[in-house]
Amino acid sequence: MIFMLFSVQVEVSLRDGVADPQGATIERSLPHLGFDGVRGVRVGKSIRFEVESADETAAQAEVDDLCRRFLTNPVIEDATITLTAVDAASARG
Amino acid sequence: MTDADATPIHRALGLTDTELHEIVEILGREPNRLELSMYSVMWSEHCSYKSSRIHLKRLPTTGEGVLVGPGENAGVMDVGDGIAAAIRIESHNHPSFIEPYQGAATGAGGILRDIFTMGARPIALMDPLRFGPLDDPRSRWVAEGVVSGISGYGNSVGVPTVGGEVVFDECYKGNPLVNVLCLGILPVERLVLAKATGTGNLAVLLGSATGRDGIGGVSVLASAGFDEGSEDKRPAVQVGDPFEEKRLIEACLALLDASLVVGIQDLGGAGLTCAASETASNGGMGMDFDVAAVPRRELGMEPFEVMTSESQERMLAIVTPGDLPEVLRLCEKWEVLATVVGKVTDPDEHGVGALRIVDGFGGAVLADVPASSLHDAAPLYERPMAAPADLAERQANGPAAPTRDEATDALLGLLYDTTWVSSQYDHQLFLNTVEGPGGDAVVLRLKHPTTGADTGRGLALTTDGNHRWCAVNPRLGTAMTLAESILNLACVGARPIAVVNCLNFGNPEHPEVMWQLSETVDGLAEACSAFALPVIGGNVSLYNESRGIDIDPTPVIGLLGMVDELTQRPPGVTMAQGDRLVLLGDDLTGPTPSLAGSAVAWATGAKGGQLPPFDAQAHTRVVGLVRALVNEGGLSGVHDASSGGLGVALAEMSVRSGVGVNVNCMPGTAQLFTEAPSRVVVAVAPAGLAGLLAAAAAAGVPAVELGAAEGDRFLVAGAGELIDVAVVDLTATWRDRLPDALGAGTTQA
Amino acid sequence: MAARIGVVQFPGSNCELDVIEAVRLIGGDAEILWHGDAELQGVDAVVVPGGFAHGDYLRPGAIARFSPVMSAVVEFAGQGGPVVGICNGFQVLTEAGLLPGALQKNRGLKFLCAPAELRVDSTNSVLTSAATKGSVLRVPINHFEGNYTCSPETLAELRDGDRVVLRYVDNPNGSVDDIAGITNGGGNVVGLMPHPERAISALLGSADGLPLLRSLLDAASVSV
Repeated sequence: MIFMLFSVQVEVSLRDGVADPQGATIERSLPHLGFDGVRGVRVGKSIRFEVESADETAAQAEVDDLCRRFLTNPVIEDATITLTAVDAASARG
Repeated sequence: MTDADATPIHRALGLTDTELHEIVEILGREPNRLELSMYSVMWSEHCSYKSSRIHLKRLPTTGEGVLVGPGENAGVMDVGDGIAAAIRIESHNHPSFIEPYQGAATGAGGILRDIFTMGARPIALMDPLRFGPLDDPRSRWVAEGVVSGISGYGNSVGVPTVGGEVVFDECYKGNPLVNVLCLGILPVERLVLAKATGTGNLAVLLGSATGRDGIGGVSVLASAGFDEGSEDKRPAVQVGDPFEEKRLIEACLALLDASLVVGIQDLGGAGLTCAASETASNGGMGMDFDVAAVPRRELGMEPFEVMTSESQERMLAIVTPGDLPEVLRLCEKWEVLATVVGKVTDPDEHGVGALRIVDGFGGAVLADVPASSLHDAAPLYERPMAAPADLAERQANGPAAPTRDEATDALLGLLYDTTWVSSQYDHQLFLNTVEGPGGDAVVLRLKHPTTGADTGRGLALTTDGNHRWCAVNPRLGTAMTLAESILNLACVGARPIAVVNCLNFGNPEHPEVMWQLSETVDGLAEACSAFALPVIGGNVSLYNESRGIDIDPTPVIGLLGMVDELTQRPPGVTMAQGDRLVLLGDDLTGPTPSLAGSAVAWATGAKGGQLPPFDAQAHTRVVGLVRALVNEGGLSGVHDASSGGLGVALAEMSVRSGVGVNVNCMPGTAQLFTEAPSRVVVAVAPAGLAGLLAAAAAAGVPAVELGAAEGDRFLVAGAGELIDVAVVDLTATWRDRLPDALGAGTTQA
Repeated sequence: MAARIGVVQFPGSNCELDVIEAVRLIGGDAEILWHGDAELQGVDAVVVPGGFAHGDYLRPGAIARFSPVMSAVVEFAGQGGPVVGICNGFQVLTEAGLLPGALQKNRGLKFLCAPAELRVDSTNSVLTSAATKGSVLRVPINHFEGNYTCSPETLAELRDGDRVVLRYVDNPNGSVDDIAGITNGGGNVVGLMPHPERAISALLGSADGLPLLRSLLDAASVSV
């Protein structure tokens, strides 16, 4: 069976409606630094890795599961997943 | 550029031409690049103390109960019941200015390893911190980052940070002082030293993989001052991993408990070079060190990078081949990487105690140096010293006392609550903390390190520095600092047993700085002798300067003490409504005291004058009286008059208790703000007043009844009103200063 | 025979010995349960103590819930066994699904080690049965991520079911509804951010944690 390699970026952010004290603190401090008009600051985290899978659908399913069970706490967090196929030759070269 | 213009490699590494010549003499040939790198880090100021060693020899280092004195990873005292206490103090000043969070975090990590290297479980950290003024944005950023770093690392690694100091002054604007003290306890019989013995024994590297972080860190950062380009030095700062350190602590203590370790050494400044050469030379052995076996975090690292990297959270253990499987099993349990990297060799096998860096055992020899030459042959400098040219002029020019109108603002300007800092530190872990941050000294229950049995006794700790006193007179100022530490311990009912010191000074190439250092050492030596205390460890941090301006001399004293019967909490910095307030150590009838070196004088830029007189015998009487009163349990509050004098001492008792003060015998502002030594305020219920004054008279200690703890105003008067402010206003000023300055987010620029 | 309390130890736990000392002080037996073992050694109750189980770099408790011991703890709790999570232990229990909600960063974005006043709002749990409803206890907090958060539906369930066992008198961290501690539907699983084991003697500043720990010992004794 031939596997494909995918580069994965998971962006973990707080769910809408969940207070974001880090974002709020950054936003509050911006006017003091002379940055006016910045709104809607939200702080999250970005997690990157590579995954080998049969195809994109299977990779997506696996990463979805990984995010739900481990990388996020679904009570307060959401994940946005970006999958990019990596050229196998360059990845393994 | 021609070859002639190129900086020779030894100079680029920080070695002088004379030092290179020494190395050639030792080796009998030119050193190669790897060997030069090893000598350069080991002979750096930070590792070799080449400028200060000649002076440090004057400190008294022996005394009752001393198990290990200076020179080892930590000083060790016998504290009874089969328990020994290991203590050390260090600085992480330069890394903390460049990257405050990681600088402070790795400072904590480094000193923890020094303690568990001795076989001790670390039970407490203390952080004496000194930053630039709160109105300087960069200083605020450094302060917030340092406190976050200590909090982030110390809390996670699972060692409580039980106290310290937080001082703000202009002289630290370009060079903060981030000192850290660690205390550990061990069963006396488990004491281990950093020694490699037994030909054929193995050196096992424990902990993190080695990266390029901190290459040349100690020599780059701690052996030169700061200038405009300091931000460029950022790559040399190490990054800490408290979870790795936590597992490393548990794994190492498990190895020691199971007697699987012949010797052990932490990897600090100078990394593997220092650990390998120290263990070998301490044991009188040689070592073959396989640089290729060292696990790496980055590709393409050169041997000199591996050997000098200051990657954090690593230890080197010497074990017998037979014990290796069990060592590896225990490390696996704690998820600690363990790799055989060295073999102890017969000292005569490759020349006297050779440290050979090899590319695989039996492979190419990349470096071959006498292990002991990296330490013992390090240069020793007797640098020129000279008193400052303006010394006499400054001493003749004493500060004026604040006027009556200025007194209230002067007091308010000196008040700040450090709870904003200490509440970020876990200061209660291990259920030992009887008196924590904010008191005159820390008191910890003393439990047996392996059985947990309560001894019914306590250990006490304090850290104290006073750069103002030492700027005015380094010798007397240092002696008075130690005296204050002793009085702080008395305020919690403890007697002192041992001293450690962290000597923070400017550029040793400035003769005035070397004079300050020499005077400080003499002052400390004299005071230690007067109070019969041994110095069991210390650290010297030089090149604390910014743009050519040296910091004020700042020796920080760490003092360890014992509470012989710990059955109740000390009274603490407080008082109760209706108490009588008594000043011990001064009856306010003497001549107008000097304000030289006081916080109130400094606030107006008056930095001259002669320090108030200090009498060690009178001080000893005050200390004995206060300790007895605290231990008898009759006081409702006690506080020594130190920074800010009697005024700040009374104000702190007031804001902490919420009770007003009514003092009506203050001759003037000089008496209120002088930082004359040996003065303590006690609060006692009216029924106890006569007994207290009688006890003072019997002890030969001058005393005066100051007034009452009553009402909701802070009133100080004498021949006229000096201060009248509502306790709520006093409290708000005190409580809000740090949160207002630091709590709303800080920025680097 | 004294009840035996098992105290779970992850590699980054740090309050496990404190809990053991506190349990022994009030007459119980206590022992370590290593996180890598899937066995509870027949203990009568389990405490998941404070600390930083696996460094807490991703999220507190996120990795700990996958440790072998946690399957055994979940099973034990399912059979009605008393389980208490303190601080990091509370975070682990929410991650493991034994308790609802989540613990976010404190409102002030700073670690907070300070005394806290807690009001006992329910005695229907293994940690509060011996305490007096409405009483105020002085117990230290010590956390960065203690800001309890849950959906409005969950909050309604907790309130309606009398499952908020401890509330802060003066909310230090932004927790919804001042929540300091909650229990599950059966009252046998409790999570709280404050550290009752740090309030066991006047010498340490407070003995108000004792009624809570005695409650747990009582519950453990029932199953002996």
